[in-house]
Amino acid sequence: MRRETWVGIILVLGLLAVPLWALAVDEPYTITLATRVVILALAGVGLNVALGLGGLVSLGHAVFFGLGGYAMGILASHAQSYTPLAEWPILIEGSKSMPVIWLVACAVSGLVALAIGALSLRTSGVYFIMITLAFGQMFYFFSISWPAYGGEDGLSIYVRNEFPGLNTLDPIQFFGVCYVILCLALLLVSKLSRSSFGLALVAARQNAERVQAVGIEPYRLRLVAFVISGVITGLAGALFADLNRFVSPSMFTWQTSGEIMIFVILGGVGRVMGPVAGAIMFILLEHFLGGLSEYWHIYLGALLLGVVLFARGGLIGVLAGREVAHD
Amino acid sequence: MTEALLEVREISKSFGAVLACADVSLDLRIGEIHALIGPNGAGKSTLIRQIAGNLKPDAGSIHLAGRDVTGWDTASRSRAGLCRTFQISSLAMEMTVLQNVVLGALGRRGDVFRFFHDPLKDTGLVEAGMHALERVGLRHVARDRTADLSHGQRRQLEVAVALTLSPKVFLMDEPMAGLGMEGSRTMTAVLDGLRAEAPILLVEHDMDAVFALADRISVLVYGEIIATGTGAEIRADPLVRSAYLGEEATV
Ligand SMILES: Nc1ncnc2c1ncn2[C@@H]1O[C@H](COP(=O)(O)OP(=O)(O)OP(=O)(O)O)[C@@H](O)[C@H]1O
Ligand SMILES: [Mg+2]
Repeated sequence: MRRETWVGIILVLGLLAVPLWALAVDEPYTITLATRVVILALAGVGLNVALGLGGLVSLGHAVFFGLGGYAMGILASHAQSYTPLAEWPILIEGSKSMPVIWLVACAVSGLVALAIGALSLRTSGVYFIMITLAFGQMFYFFSISWPAYGGEDGLSIYVRNEFPGLNTLDPIQFFGVCYVILCLALLLVSKLSRSSFGLALVAARQNAERVQAVGIEPYRLRLVAFVISGVITGLAGALFADLNRFVSPSMFTWQTSGEIMIFVILGGVGRVMGPVAGAIMFILLEHFLGGLSEYWHIYLGALLLGVVLFARGGLIGVLAGREVAHD
Repeated sequence: MTEALLEVREISKSFGAVLACADVSLDLRIGEIHALIGPNGAGKSTLIRQIAGNLKPDAGSIHLAGRDVTGWDTASRSRAGLCRTFQISSLAMEMTVLQNVVLGALGRRGDVFRFFHDPLKDTGLVEAGMHALERVGLRHVARDRTADLSHGQRRQLEVAVALTLSPKVFLMDEPMAGLGMEGSRTMTAVLDGLRAEAPILLVEHDMDAVFALADRISVLVYGEIIATGTGAEIRADPLVRSAYLGEEATV
């Protein structure tokens, strides 16, 4: 087996071992911390499809994270107040069911990603970064100025949403749900990166002219990648909202987009396990350095600079070596 | 002329004051190698780019198998059977050699939107790729990273990717450049056999290869075609001799 596979297995098992240990010694806070890692990693896994495979530097992924969050917030708040979401033309009720919320979060993120992608993928480079950033800001200001769902204050959901057969308020059970979703997403992306679609997408990142010359349109590849990416990040947003039982416009901020990108860069751009490694590092830094100083972002900045300058493969690159083409 | 697969009709292109392509017409017939020669900066690559769809002509039209493709983008032209190689190798450099040819085979098959299908485990695609590598003599480096290939090997890989597409028409921009004696000889043999599969519009500076291969030769000077004819006709043409071949080229 390749070294990268081993590193991946160790990371995934480690991520499972920590909350199990925390359960044994009765440290619920650590379980919540691990759940945060898992959900943020999932958001990064989403971005990694666009950024890592497609080379699309999106500074607007907070849009999907926020949409997922608000999909949860809006559905659950209607269920909690027993008011329907819409009565006309058809009756739409709120929902407290996680699978329903996830489905809606994915569908909404996917559709919005399709629209944003269709417009912004006509540009490239700095223009693409700026347009995605602008979309992020649009959603942010919209969420602030929409009083029906809390405006600036956000929305509180008092009870965590339900998953058939589980007690989701139990931290370890909710962790389990998130963990399984992350593993499925990792499996999906690892398959995707080795698929025909992945080959063409990566080729288009390396050399768009080459891909066109063999009769493939890079625009369509990138659009599909952007949608898949948005859907995964949107799902992470729904889980994140459920973890906190709270949604607010802060999920839509460009800082959120930046943080998701930091997970990917710290861990290793385009490496399947990169976002997991990145999210672990980020939360560890936030936890330990954040306890020492409220200016811990300075250290994060320094680390990021170091990775960008000296370790382009991120943490996975350091642990598993340069990316090797698979046979 | 029914047997012309590719027809270029009176296309022109200028970059500011530079007229890179002046009212150029040429055609490519089934079974032939049509060489396009001319001094550096004559506009050969500019012509290829317009035919392939990377550059829009200011005027004129391009026809592939009777269809006007002037308004089509590169990818559509490629799918319609117009395939080019680049003067400056244009490959996915971080991928393996095999991945590059498999990409070609995938483009040929036209089903890229498969998310769980591993193209490197697809014997059809891999065999098509390996076969193309075999033909240009690159089979032994199939697993190497493309960036690690020599300049000449990259030229060969360009041709191999083109082979996987089994197009109706080949456009090749200096496939021999930097190949060396041995490589040139292999490539000449490959192209020689290829004309039976699809005609080739061949831009080349290597005159030995050109005169050995070409059924017809067109000479481009300052964006204008000054002569078209067989090798013997071109060699005898006084205009060509003074403009391009020069005195030393009395082959
Ligand atoms: N994008 C461009 N912008 C401006 N001028 C260009 C551009 N592309 C080509 N030219 C000019 O057009 C002319 C023809 O260039 P082209 O590359 O087609 O020549 P060529 O015949 O392929 O030469 P070579 O044998 O060196 O490859 C040259 O004068 C070149 O400087
Ligand atoms: Mg040229």
